[in-house]
Amino acid sequence: MSALVSVVNLRVSFVTRQTRVEAVRGVSFDVRHDATLALVGESGSGKTVSAMSILRLLPENAIVDPASRIDYGGENLLAAPAARLRALRGRDISAVFQEPMSSLNPVLTVGEQVAEVLRLHRSMAPRQALERAAELLAEVGIPEPRARLRAYPHELSGGQQQRVMIAMAIANEPKLLIADEPTTALDVTVQRQVLELIARLRERHRMSVLFISHDLGLVGEIADNVVVMREGEVRESGPTQRIFSAPRDPYTRALLACRPRLDTRPRRLPVIDDFMRGGVAPDAALERPPAGANLIEAKGLRKEFRLRTGWFASKSLVAVREVTFGVTRGRTVGLVGESGSGKTTVALLVMRLLEASGGEARLEDTDLLRLSAAQMMAFRRRIQIVFQNPYASLNPRMSIGRTLTEPMRIHRLGADEGERIERARGLLQRVGLPQDAMHRYPHEFSGGQRQRIAIARALAVEPEVLICDEPVSALDVSVQATVLNLLLDLQEERGLAYLFISHDLAVVKYMSDEVLVMREGEVVERGAPEAIYRAPQHEYTRKLLAAVPRGVEGRKFGDGALTSSGTQP
Amino acid sequence: MAAVLDVTPENAWTALWRRLQQDRVGAVSLGIVVAYLVMILFATAGYLAGGWSREVGVPYANPAFLGERPNLEGALRKRAEHKGVAPDLSAIDPLAPKYAEWERRTGELKMTEPERAMTLPWGGDRWGRDVLDKAIKGSQVSIAVGVLAALCATVIGTLLGACAGFYGRWVNDVLEWLYNVFTSIPSILLIFSLAAVLRSGAFAHLFASGIWTVVIILSVTGWTGMYRLVRAEYMKHRSREYVLAAQAIGASAAARMFAHILPNVSHVILVQLSLLVVAFIKVEVILSFLGLGVPLDMVSWGTMLSEAQTELVIGKWWQLAAATAFMAVFLTAFSMLTDSLRDALDPRLR
Repeated sequence: MSALVSVVNLRVSFVTRQTRVEAVRGVSFDVRHDATLALVGESGSGKTVSAMSILRLLPENAIVDPASRIDYGGENLLAAPAARLRALRGRDISAVFQEPMSSLNPVLTVGEQVAEVLRLHRSMAPRQALERAAELLAEVGIPEPRARLRAYPHELSGGQQQRVMIAMAIANEPKLLIADEPTTALDVTVQRQVLELIARLRERHRMSVLFISHDLGLVGEIADNVVVMREGEVRESGPTQRIFSAPRDPYTRALLACRPRLDTRPRRLPVIDDFMRGGVAPDAALERPPAGANLIEAKGLRKEFRLRTGWFASKSLVAVREVTFGVTRGRTVGLVGESGSGKTTVALLVMRLLEASGGEARLEDTDLLRLSAAQMMAFRRRIQIVFQNPYASLNPRMSIGRTLTEPMRIHRLGADEGERIERARGLLQRVGLPQDAMHRYPHEFSGGQRQRIAIARALAVEPEVLICDEPVSALDVSVQATVLNLLLDLQEERGLAYLFISHDLAVVKYMSDEVLVMREGEVVERGAPEAIYRAPQHEYTRKLLAAVPRGVEGRKFGDGALTSSGTQP
Repeated sequence: MAAVLDVTPENAWTALWRRLQQDRVGAVSLGIVVAYLVMILFATAGYLAGGWSREVGVPYANPAFLGERPNLEGALRKRAEHKGVAPDLSAIDPLAPKYAEWERRTGELKMTEPERAMTLPWGGDRWGRDVLDKAIKGSQVSIAVGVLAALCATVIGTLLGACAGFYGRWVNDVLEWLYNVFTSIPSILLIFSLAAVLRSGAFAHLFASGIWTVVIILSVTGWTGMYRLVRAEYMKHRSREYVLAAQAIGASAAARMFAHILPNVSHVILVQLSLLVVAFIKVEVILSFLGLGVPLDMVSWGTMLSEAQTELVIGKWWQLAAATAFMAVFLTAFSMLTDSLRDALDPRLR
């Protein structure tokens, strides 16, 4: 079977004022008719650049090597004039991006945006286009599509926004759909739905999909062929079954191993470096300290928000109701749920970054919620937090040195500035960052490194309790493993009590000694991670479990698709 | 203390200096602004343009490079000096007996009429004062007024905007009321009433020295734009995670407002500051033109421009040209400098 698009020896470099960086170095792959090809790699591996070269949606400073070719129907797209590409984009080849909110125009209604695509490429009459738009919204599974035509993007949830993006992408029956990390910004459960939608649409419209992701486990469920990329080069490519059953490249093996699995709990997660240096020895099981007296304890934690609905009327929205848990020194309580379930609110309440409406949060014998702001200062030293987004939680205008010494200065730790700096150096070393990081700024670091800095800042005041609010959700799976390992190391060394929050049940299960499943502000299930995995009681827990990507094992999108693009003629 | 130096091996100012050097436009602008500042310094100390108010040339003396241009007004003045013989009126003049006494007293004073030059380097004004000296002295006053007023307005606007945006709720409500009151009055009316109060009201004696009245008028009326921008930025930043993180490590509200958020919104403030300096220098021109600006015994670009109006009708363009050139060069360089300053202070831009 011939290829729909074949990329041959693609080389792309980026030129800045001082340097020239080669982002893609001789990459070749074929996207076949009526099949899904996945490009997998960490951020910076050149996977997005490779895919976007097909549509030539590249930054202005990108230079494509003249020897590269991208063949589409006998025509080299890299040499095609701009007008030809404009005609192709959105009609023959369309794209869905990572951030649905920033890909949709906030001041136009959803209907107008979908209809625009139809009008541009098919010169449909406005009325007819709107009719068709409603059909498309129905096809991507948006409830009440006719009413939704008049909705603005912010009125839709993230998952629905991504569905609208997909509706726009398939509006003109493209031959190729490029999906650039379409589910990374979404919750696991929504990710599952969007993934199923893409697979279903691909089969129904008999189009090809180029699926870009950092998560090999996710890709295994949808792709027919996989290309694994690293540092601008293809490490390995082949049919998905073969990649999962007999990976040849150590990097592929590492990517397969580094996602925490639901069925085992190794002492530490395998990381890329282990594999690149040579195989890893099977690890012993994770040992956990026994439960004891609670260091920190929350009882009946409650938070209501009052929304004004009229001049005198207001209604209350309960974000968290009656949440109770306790964490022993050296142990972890996991909080799992989708966005909007109130799990981050719980973290903010315990930290007193948000005032609770009821309940208590005790650190040993002190109820933190009853303390004055001045009294709370002393306790801030003992309880710290690591936020989800390391790109937002570090002050971009502060050098790392200042970021790390500031908490010590506030709490008067260390005899003088010199000693604080010594301590900051120690912290950097402990979280595995180079010494010269001290006088650099956050933007010079990758996401994983920034999260290490955020962890170092939290540890600067030597806390006893650490709240981790989705500490790995914004990171690539491969980086996620290294950060989780670091958190486990630190817990064993310092006997920290963790409150670990995530939307990914696999991660929570790996990290925690007790798991609380939250939904709409309520704890719907709690128990030991093993028990929750083996015998989930609540419907919602089962849904969360089912949403965890499992690679080819979790595959349910027709093996027909596999064979049609496989070896058969 | 070597370790301390290590955290910031180059402190903010040396980093700024290094980055400005890489930016050619910024470096040139910086050079121009520094040159102006040096000029102002010398003018204040009296080394430069100290005698700007002396009548050193004939009225409307031609610029040196236009020496041949006919100067009717100057020639008229010369003629008037030569035929100064008054008719004898001593018989009927009741003051006649006093003349001898007065003559004697005048003899004790030594009066010299300086030799009035026909041409001056950049021409003369109506009284024969050197236009170049006036422009230099005028720079001192105008820039001082513009920069001081802009700084004061920035401080007021930033403080109020930061409080309103950061605290929200009733603080925001109160400050919004204040803002609305200030913006609902036509600004020229506000300026007039403030000028009336400050010049002849109860506080008039406090501001006898001159430019402070103008500075206060401008900063009190000009903070509103800065307030609105800073407030919006603070509202955006106060819920960002890095601010929450700072709160989590125990940073006080003031530390969060000024050590954490302020550097992140400084680019907005700097750009607005440069716009304010430009605007205030222009408003000072208008105020001086209307007689509400700097006192009569001082010169600013504004007074020069208002004089230039009548001169232009009779073809004497050099005062206008001098004031405009001095103003345009400074304002352009200043805007460019704040632009590069903004880039240089941002660690993300290299």
